[in-house]
Amino acid sequence: MTAITVNVEEKLFQNRYRVDAGRPHIKIKDADICTNACGSKSCTFVCPASCYKTEGNGNVTLITDGCLECGSCRIICSEHMNVEWEYPRGGHGILFKFG
Amino acid sequence: MKKPSQFDAIVVGAGPSGNACAYTLAKAGLKVLQIERGEYPGSKNVQGAILYANALEQIIPDFRDDAPLERHIIEQRMWLLDETSFVGTHIRSEDYNKPPYNRYTILRAQFDKWFSSKVREAGALLICETTVNHLIMDGDQVVGVQCDRMQGDVYADVVILADGVNSTLARKAGFHGEIKSENVALAVKEILFMPEETIRQRFNIGEESGVVIEMVGRITDGMMGTGFLYTNKESLTIGVGCMLGDFKNNPNRTSPYVLLEQMKRHPAIAPLIEGGEMKEYCAHLIPEGGFHAIPQIYGNGWMIVGDSGGFVNAVHREGSNLAMTTGRLAAETVINAKAASKGYRADSLKAYKTALDDSFVMKDLYKYRDMPKVLHKNPQFFTSYPDMVAQAARTMITVDGVDKKTKEREIFASFRKTRKLTGLVGDAYKLWKAIR
Repeated sequence: MTAITVNVEEKLFQNRYRVDAGRPHIKIKDADICTNACGSKSCTFVCPASCYKTEGNGNVTLITDGCLECGSCRIICSEHMNVEWEYPRGGHGILFKFG
Repeated sequence: MKKPSQFDAIVVGAGPSGNACAYTLAKAGLKVLQIERGEYPGSKNVQGAILYANALEQIIPDFRDDAPLERHIIEQRMWLLDETSFVGTHIRSEDYNKPPYNRYTILRAQFDKWFSSKVREAGALLICETTVNHLIMDGDQVVGVQCDRMQGDVYADVVILADGVNSTLARKAGFHGEIKSENVALAVKEILFMPEETIRQRFNIGEESGVVIEMVGRITDGMMGTGFLYTNKESLTIGVGCMLGDFKNNPNRTSPYVLLEQMKRHPAIAPLIEGGEMKEYCAHLIPEGGFHAIPQIYGNGWMIVGDSGGFVNAVHREGSNLAMTTGRLAAETVINAKAASKGYRADSLKAYKTALDDSFVMKDLYKYRDMPKVLHKNPQFFTSYPDMVAQAARTMITVDGVDKKTKEREIFASFRKTRKLTGLVGDAYKLWKAIR
């Protein structure tokens, strides 16, 4: 199949969220590990909400606002276990209308 | 100092397993607290979604009277796809069009809300918008839960974890380790709205009846997984799921949303979904490790039900029925323990595991115990085979002056080129051994 580009933000725009401003429920424990120790940076393409992005200097940034709370990022980071993952506070995060 | 128990049981989570459990407990007159982190039950829950009637019938026999059901399924299609075509089977029967119907499409946000209303009618207390952060222990006994609220410590004789595939509670308490990426599938899906009339025409169905399509082949980019397309009342659900480990190790670094978009553009699928208005995009993990991935599911003062315990039959794509059954059996174990004043230590709650072993849940999971391993070690089931079958069918059906015998020879030669004869026979044997 020919590779295509997909605008994830457009998809996420259809979803309903109650963002817990200033209190992200997922954190990168040590940014250094992402930049220097992790070769694959698989979170940057596996995350279905594209929360993780690689920057030019090799850093990985995380913005959890569009998170679908699937848990994939935590599980795939098995070599470095560099993802601190909690459920959002009660009532916050994604609110599925259809599920 | 041990705090007095405020409840007979606390159920964490209001999905199918948690609702089945809380309902059964409350119906028997037990004092039940159910805690849900979503704004309302269902707002955090994602499924394909097919509801198998039987498991719910055992809990609420007359659920059809008022449950929000989309369409009962009268036709199932199984498609093998290569890049441009599909071959498949369609099973459609008028017998599936007679009540009581065997399975339905549902929208989980609506269905879970309804199920939860039944739980509350039965007498359970439900608290939403509350995340449980920890289990409270008294020595080696679970005695309650700690919520993210002021004065959020609540105590009960037994705590049932129905907190879904990412059970952080069980992990933090040390009941089991982290999920392995080869034991879960990552699925993404969209809901596409379109006029009911369009759906009826496109899928050749009536007002209430529906179609499911399951797909294997090139749509998963060489990864172990399947695609699906379900008809709801006024919408279609389309999605694709592959093993998380395969996503991680995919040399093409294909993102789940790219996979879904490519699948939507497949010439066999695109015309069916054309014009659909996308209203929601979801992602979810499905515990597909099967029998060998089931963790310890009971202990002193605790039990695990549903996805949290890995109760999914990936081969038959069943989950919510296993969830509801495990929830019900856990509840019955608590009811019996209370009636017999046997306490809630592991030796008493062991009856839950025994009941599960005797039910279809563990029997089915045991039957397919080797399936995940076989499929995972043999990606050709998701790549070359669908290709080969689609190609063979195309070759035989194309009328181009070549005689059929020659075509057969060509097909067989191409089979052997893709997969040596020993490989073909070996694969058939492996598959048969894992299914029988």
